Amino acid sequence: MARAIVKVPARARRGEIIELRAIVGHVMETGFRHTEKGALVPRDIIRQMVCRYNGIEIFRADFHPAVAANPLVVFNTIATESGRIEFTWTGDNGFAASESAPIAVE
Amino acid sequence: MIRRRLASLLLLAVASCAAPPDGRRSGYEFMGPDTRAMQDDDASNPASLWVLDGESLWRARAGAANKACADCHGDAGRSMRGVAARYPAFDSSRGTLLDLDQRINLCRTTRQNASALQPESRELLALSAFIGRQSRGLPIDIAVPREAEPLLEAGRAAFRRRQGQLNLACTQCHDRLAGEKLAGNPIPQAHPTGYPIYRLEWQGLGSLQRRLRNCMIGVRAEPYAYGAPEYVELEYYLMWRSRGMRLETPAVRP
Repeated sequence: MARAIVKVPARARRGEIIELRAIVGHVMETGFRHTEKGALVPRDIIRQMVCRYNGIEIFRADFHPAVAANPLVVFNTIATESGRIEFTWTGDNGFAASESAPIAVE
Repeated sequence: MIRRRLASLLLLAVASCAAPPDGRRSGYEFMGPDTRAMQDDDASNPASLWVLDGESLWRARAGAANKACADCHGDAGRSMRGVAARYPAFDSSRGTLLDLDQRINLCRTTRQNASALQPESRELLALSAFIGRQSRGLPIDIAVPREAEPLLEAGRAAFRRRQGQLNLACTQCHDRLAGEKLAGNPIPQAHPTGYPIYRLEWQGLGSLQRRLRNCMIGVRAEPYAYGAPEYVELEYYLMWRSRGMRLETPAVRP
């Protein structure tokens, strides 16, 4: 299982705009590089990242070969209710990672 | 607004702590605000992925002795605090210098009866980043016992020796031209305050020796093999030259 680090505010006011951060360990091999002997290094990238807030999808991103290794994604959402925010990543060669964090909304 | 003002005050405070009165400046101060922010926040610093791996390795049993680092050293937050700020160090029983990676491997081969980790391997970088993280913010404190003086001088001589097809010495860029530009990038003062570093150009974590290798290839000199005494002497001199500056491990650099 790949490593991922997510940052979700532990508490927020209802209706507040909160920032979410997520970083995942991945080489993001583009598929355009060659070895010293000329063989193509096969593509190995994350294809998609999805964020769910209490099971409801609130954010989705498609990744492409130009995305850097260990991609960091930062975005905002509105704090609506207490619960968990879960991030999942899927990609080439069956790559799958997930991480979640709790949030308390008052 | 207040928060932004507070943040800029805080940044000012950090910058003033990092700059000793003698004009030495960490590579951190040559970076843009985005890269600094990336280093300062553990949730944005990609090197945190290696630190977490290092934490697991610290507790994982290895080798024929079936011992983990934690079995002898306990809580790294306590036992490893300040350790990375003292490396490379002179090992008087062996009569040689050891850098942190060599020290980790010595523990592996002699205490854990495990095989040495390969230079620049994910495991070795993870352990040295994890151990280095325990000293973040502490001043670099390199001891030079009498027996190690010739080794420090060898490192100093290497820093000043012209080498490679371009016939350049480290000192020509990093002392005389520090703060100027090389191909549009600022030339830092060569204070290795944050190794192992996450270098954006590498898209990964790397050791000081990997960085030294880059500079040697840059001046068209033949790099030494990883772990060569010439590298460790140069690391020793560079860390001694940075003494008193604060350790930033794991740092982010462009």
